[in-house]
Order: sequence, then structure tokens, then C-alpha cells
Amino acid sequence: MTDLTSLTLADARDRLRRREFSAAELADAHLAAMEKARALNAYVLETPDRASAMAQAADARLKAGDARPLEGLALGVKDTFATKDVRTTAGSRILDDFLPSYESTVSANLWRDGAVMLGKLNNDEFAMGSSNETSFFGPTISPWRRKGANTPLVPGGSSGGSAAGVAAGLCLGAIGTDTGGSIRQPAAFTGIVGIKPTYGRCSRWGIVAFASSLDQAGPLARTVRDAAILLTSMAGHDAKDTTSVDRPVPDYEAAIGKSIKGMKIGIPKEYRVEGMATEIEKLWERAAQWLKAAGAEIVPVSLPHTKYALPAYYIVAPAEASSNLARYDGVRYGLRVPGRDVADMYENTRAAGFGKEVRRRIMIGTYVLSAGYYDAYYLRAQKVRTLIKRDFEEVFAAGVDAILAPATPSAAFGIAEKGGGDPVEMYLNDVFTVPVNLAGLPGISVPGGLSADGLPLGLQLIGRPFGEETLFSLAHVMEQAAGHFSPQRWW
Amino acid sequence: MSVDADTVRRIAQLARIAVADDEVEHLREELNAILAFVEQLSEVNVDGVEPMTSVIPMQMKKRADVVSDGGIADEVLKNAPAVEDHFFAVPKVVE
Repeated sequence: MTDLTSLTLADARDRLRRREFSAAELADAHLAAMEKARALNAYVLETPDRASAMAQAADARLKAGDARPLEGLALGVKDTFATKDVRTTAGSRILDDFLPSYESTVSANLWRDGAVMLGKLNNDEFAMGSSNETSFFGPTISPWRRKGANTPLVPGGSSGGSAAGVAAGLCLGAIGTDTGGSIRQPAAFTGIVGIKPTYGRCSRWGIVAFASSLDQAGPLARTVRDAAILLTSMAGHDAKDTTSVDRPVPDYEAAIGKSIKGMKIGIPKEYRVEGMATEIEKLWERAAQWLKAAGAEIVPVSLPHTKYALPAYYIVAPAEASSNLARYDGVRYGLRVPGRDVADMYENTRAAGFGKEVRRRIMIGTYVLSAGYYDAYYLRAQKVRTLIKRDFEEVFAAGVDAILAPATPSAAFGIAEKGGGDPVEMYLNDVFTVPVNLAGLPGISVPGGLSADGLPLGLQLIGRPFGEETLFSLAHVMEQAAGHFSPQRWW
Repeated sequence: MSVDADTVRRIAQLARIAVADDEVEHLREELNAILAFVEQLSEVNVDGVEPMTSVIPMQMKKRADVVSDGGIADEVLKNAPAVEDHFFAVPKVVE
């Protein structure tokens, strides 16, 4: 029998409908793969009983010819999504054994469409990180290794478990969240596809909030088509999230294979940063040629405020986080560390419950919002944000359909290699992804090639608001030219 | 702009996170590294620029002021560390 875990999600969907195998077999194959892959630490919680029950229900529907869009497809869920009666931790100690009595809207949409849940995937604590090293459950190890070496590498973050899970064949696809690059960067590091849709495309209800004006859910998958299929199910208006938009969800899969002739692709000069690896620059140029060969027009563009995106993000995101994480106080759920009185209890609980990175960001956020500093920092950063968004608006107004850029400044690095002394070193990983969150635009990461070391390198396409279809059409062209990349099993 | 030890303690207190005395200095250095990094925003000319208040242009949605949920006290209390009589129980509040 084919190794069921090496199928694309689209292929598995089609073969399930043709009854070539059952949803139960598909789930079992993944559960077995997960068992063998525990060294990766991709899953923080496996849910085999639930997966089997859901697969059984899916098989009944498949047999009756009543298949829903994702019927029987085995997926993983990042642990920042609240899953009803299934422990949800956001990668933190402070949520302890929290059992949500509700389901996030985005994951509910997956189950509504017949998908099967394999488990909860690891992530940086409260989605704060670019390497999955800040998780209370320990780092996820990338399924990729450098040629001729066995140094453990990071899968990227914060959706590191999701990316590793998809790349290693431990799920057909996963749902993640992206606040500053947390879907796109790990997708690039692990050679898979990840898209952060336009702000408001997916509901944030039931997602553990980090920065409410930046957070957005999105799919990670091994192909552009798979990501499109997942996004169609995930997206949609939700009355419980007033920032979700009331806009119909197109069939994103229909964008796959659409002609890109005549599309204008912008190459932003400010994304050519000092110290950027030559091989990334060359890959970027190659990708522009792929799009040109398919009929697109390549034009140079300028996004003058690009370099201020990262500092603006590291004021706005921590500020919003300091507000969102104020709820973790040991009173209503999660960890409680005793104290002399309630104030002492708050301080002890939060000190014990939050990791170092989270504490740093809450404190920066608290500081920049505090009296006397609000104008100089937060207000100014929000003004810079307007300028960053305006840069993109002007480029799109000039007729550009999408912007092509690298996804990350480097390939994946080793566990414990970065961020030891200087917190800012880790932040620099997000230089190409953060502007997209600040502007609320959609961005997709597509594997473009391998580094000299044999590690995946990703490219990013940034689109107009609600221009996901254009991104999928373009990304598919790039995928056809670049090919697919799979890690060699070391576990 | 950089912070001193007293400011670090004040921020910790505002954030309700206990910081041990031997952690203050290290934390001070880390926070200052971040503040030094974001300092470059002061280069930008923001005259006449409005702060971004909505990511995507939208009107705040409203709903009818009716009770549409509730009566689920047990669910709400389900994960609580300490409960008494449908109340969350906490150590005493000191004025």
C-alpha cells in the first residue's frame, strides 16, 4: 500500500472519495508515524482516540457518498487554538491543564467540513518566537538536517510544531497562526507552503490572543493546492469576532492553474538587506524569472519605510501582548501559585507561569504603554505603521498585483545557536515577514530551493487586501518551477 | 532611552510579575537592548500622520442589546483553581 502519509492532502481527499482506502486507515497511518517521530517533539498532545472516532464518522459519510470538503483528512492543530475538551496550552506553563469548553471558530470550521484531528502541535510560548525554542514543552526539532551533519536544527517559529509536522509527514496539513511571520517563516525553514491571509479573513475567536491587530490564522501544507483547500474551509465571517470581514469565501483551489499573464510583480529594493546570503538573493532573482517566463511583468518598486517595520512591530506587538496576557492571573483558570494576598498570588503565578521571552515582551509592552512613554513609543509606532501600510497601498495603486521577496534572511539555524545573549538577534529573523502583518496584507511562503547545506529556502509573495487568489495562482507557478523538497528521515 | 533598576522594578510591578533581586540587572540589560533597537523610530518624520487604529477599513459592528448567552456557570468555573458557591475563590485582597 502507498505510504499514506506521503500523499498530498488533495490526493488523499480524492482517493478517499474513490474509496481506495478508508479514513480510519489514513488516521492510523499518521498516528503510527507520529509515534515513531516523537524525537521531533512536534506534537505536544496526541489525540488518537478522538482521531479514530472522527475517522469512523468520516468513513460513514464517505460510504454514503456524502463527503464534505475535508472529509476524513488527518490534520494537526497548533496549540494556540482552543479545542473543546482537549488540553490547550499555547505552549505555556501558565495555562497548565486548561480544558476549553468551547472550540475556536477556525478549528470548528475544519471539523464542520469533516476533517480529523490528530493532536495539538508545539509552538513558541504564546506564539512569541521564531524558532519554537520558547515553548514550555521544549523545542521542536526540524525534520531537516544540514548535509553531512547531525546538528539539531530549529523548524522556525512560532508554528514550529505545525511546520515540522507537515514536513515530516505527521499530518496532511496543519493550522497555525501568524503575528509577525509565525506561519511563513517556519514554512520557509521546512520547505513547505504557509499562508497568512488578509487580516480579518479568518476569525480570531478562540485563538489564544497575542497581538490582536496582528494575529491571523492560516494553513501550512506541503503544496500550494493543499493550502488553498484548507484556507477555503478556515476562512469566513464570524459574528463573534468583529474584526472578521463579511466577505464571501471563494473556492481558493480554483485559483490553482489560473494564468498569471500580464500580472505585475513588484521587486522591493529595500528588501535587499545588508548581510543577506548570496544564495537567497540568487533564488529571489531566479523566482522573478520563473514568473516572467509565465507571462508576468517584473517591475522594481520601493517600500521606503521597510527598515522601520521591525522596530515598530517590537513596540506594537509587545504592547498588545501586555494587555492580552493580563488575564493570566491564576484566578479563573490555569496555574495558581499561592501568595500572602491576591496581589502576591498574581505576581508569583505570573513569574512562575511565563517564560523569559514572554516576560520580556510583557515588560516592554507595559513600559511603552505607561504614562510618560505612550506618545514617544506606542503612538509613534502606530504612526509609522500607517506609513508602512501606505507604502504598500501606493505600490498596489500603481498597478502591482503582488510583491516578490525572500521569506527569511537565512536558512534554518541550530537549536540554541541564536538569541542567547541578545534578544534582538532572534527578532531579525522576521525582517521580511513583519511588514505584512503591520499592513494587514496576505502573504504566502513557497519553497524555492535548497541552500548549499541542503536546507530549504523560501520565497514570499505579498498581495493586495483579500488578494489570496492571486497569491495562490502565482505561488503555483513558482512551485511548478521550483519543485518539491522533502527531508531525509533521520528519526 | 534606557531604563534603570528602579524602573525595571516599577514595570514588573505594573505587569504584576514578580522579579527576584538577582534577576533585575540581567532583565535591565535585555530591555535596554530592545529599547536601543526600537530607538530608530525617532528618525521617522511622522508629522501629520494619523496612528493606525484599524488594520482593514471597517466600521465597528454592533449587535442588538439582547441576552443571547449565559446560564453556564459550571462551564465557566470548570478550570478554576479554587471555587466556592459558584464564585472564584482567591486569597484576601489587601487594601
